[in-house]
Amino acid sequence: MATVSLTVNGKVMSAEASADTLLVNFIRENLGMTGTHVGCDTSQCGACVVMVNGDSVKSCTMLAVQAEGTEVTTVEGLASNGDLHPMQQAFHDNHALQCGYCTPGMLISSIDLVTKNPNATEAEIRHGLEGNLCRCTGYHNIVKAVQAGAAEMKG
Amino acid sequence: MSEFNYAMASSADDASTQVKGTGDGSLIAGGMTLIPSIKLGLATPTDLIDLAGAGLSGISVEGTTVTIGAMTRHVDVASSKEVVNAVPALSGMASGIGDPQVRNRGTIGGSVANNDPAADYPAACLGLGATIQTNDREISADDFFTGLFTTALKEGEVITSVGFPIPERAAYVKFPNPASRYALVGVFVSDGPMGIRVAVTGAGINGVYRESSFESALSGAWESATLDGVKADESSMASDIHAAADYRAHLVGEIARRAVAASV
Ligand SMILES: Cc1cc2nc3c(=O)[nH]c(=O)nc-3n(C[C@H](O)[C@H](O)[C@H](O)COP(=O)(O)OP(=O)(O)OC[C@H]3O[C@@H](n4cnc5c(N)ncnc54)[C@H](O)[C@@H]3O)c2cc1C
Ligand code: FES
Ligand code: FES
Repeated sequence: MATVSLTVNGKVMSAEASADTLLVNFIRENLGMTGTHVGCDTSQCGACVVMVNGDSVKSCTMLAVQAEGTEVTTVEGLASNGDLHPMQQAFHDNHALQCGYCTPGMLISSIDLVTKNPNATEAEIRHGLEGNLCRCTGYHNIVKAVQAGAAEMKG
Repeated sequence: MSEFNYAMASSADDASTQVKGTGDGSLIAGGMTLIPSIKLGLATPTDLIDLAGAGLSGISVEGTTVTIGAMTRHVDVASSKEVVNAVPALSGMASGIGDPQVRNRGTIGGSVANNDPAADYPAACLGLGATIQTNDREISADDFFTGLFTTALKEGEVITSVGFPIPERAAYVKFPNPASRYALVGVFVSDGPMGIRVAVTGAGINGVYRESSFESALSGAWESATLDGVKADESSMASDIHAAADYRAHLVGEIARRAVAASV
């Protein structure tokens, strides 16, 4: 066991974890934040995507010990003072979710995408979300939401 | 998941010493291949030695060579202005690996060491005549990739960087498997200081290889028409649920033709 300390959604947190603890399990089980999901065993679905030091990563494919000292953002950290993040609001407004299982990962990937490329075209958004699978929506409304969220984030 | 110990290495030599001192340890770079393999029980290392703190990332262009540190992530190669200017085929190849989250963690060293028969970097290394630098020696790409998931690396040997000679023209075209995004067939072509090269990934029965018949044809005339209607030898093509050998043999010719047409 090692003590893993990291900053999650702005708060310093630490817990004991064995070396084989995946970051996603550390977040869900050790830290008790279950907004980040697990949808596959093969690193393909993106339900587990969180931000680590400003880059979106698959938290099912990273060890908690590898995240020692990093800054992590999960879906729980997006809203502030009860106001949804513009990307969350855009998903809501554009009906970009049905069951919602993929949504936490979709949101983090989308925010990473438009932060780095604020004027992303539809094609760039589709290419940029290749690591996130959605079994419900057929993606069209997700792409619309990301465009709306991007416009809102530019202010 | 199987249990293992975890330790950070401070340099390539330290990583090599540490991994040799373990029972059945493994180096870990981006973890994008190793962690899924451990999760599926395909790898059961006793120890993981992490290269993240070994100082092996960075890109430099000096004279006629682009040198990329082993821990440099795919996203950094894809977005490097220096690589885009010197070898756009290489940055373009990196931007097509997997998805953004894979590119945010996966590294050139891990990809080259893993030598997955459908991976992109092995084709770029062979197709540009790269040199793989380890903590111990230099290995030419022609000698490095020795078969499916196997390389010339010795036990505990650590890749430190890969040097790519800058070509006069080159291109990489991938026909991706639509589900995994790995190459069903990918062809890297180049014309430059290392001669005319056509490297094929995703197709060959022994993994990445050079299609020498196309290379000799192109040395007559570097134009896509030279490869009109050519095919690879079907008997040396892989065959699986994704594509039969005859289809791959056809695709190798067609994708090589497109790569020559796209070369800059
Ligand atoms: C969903 C998904 C899609 C992908 N799609 C593609 C794709 O389209 N094309 C493609 O090419 N790849 C693809 N990959 C693989 C990806 O590129 C990996 O990053 C790469 O194969 C391994 O790099 P890594 O840094 O993650 O290595 P790791 O997983 O950390 O290590 C892989 C192996 O290399 C060894 N190793 C690592 N670094 C070194 C070193 N410096 N010296 C010696 N040995 C070392 C490790 O011990 C291990 O055996 C995909 C992966 C995923 C999960
Ligand atoms: S749980 Fe599917 S990619 Fe992480
Ligand atoms: S909304 Fe159900 S998986 Fe995307």
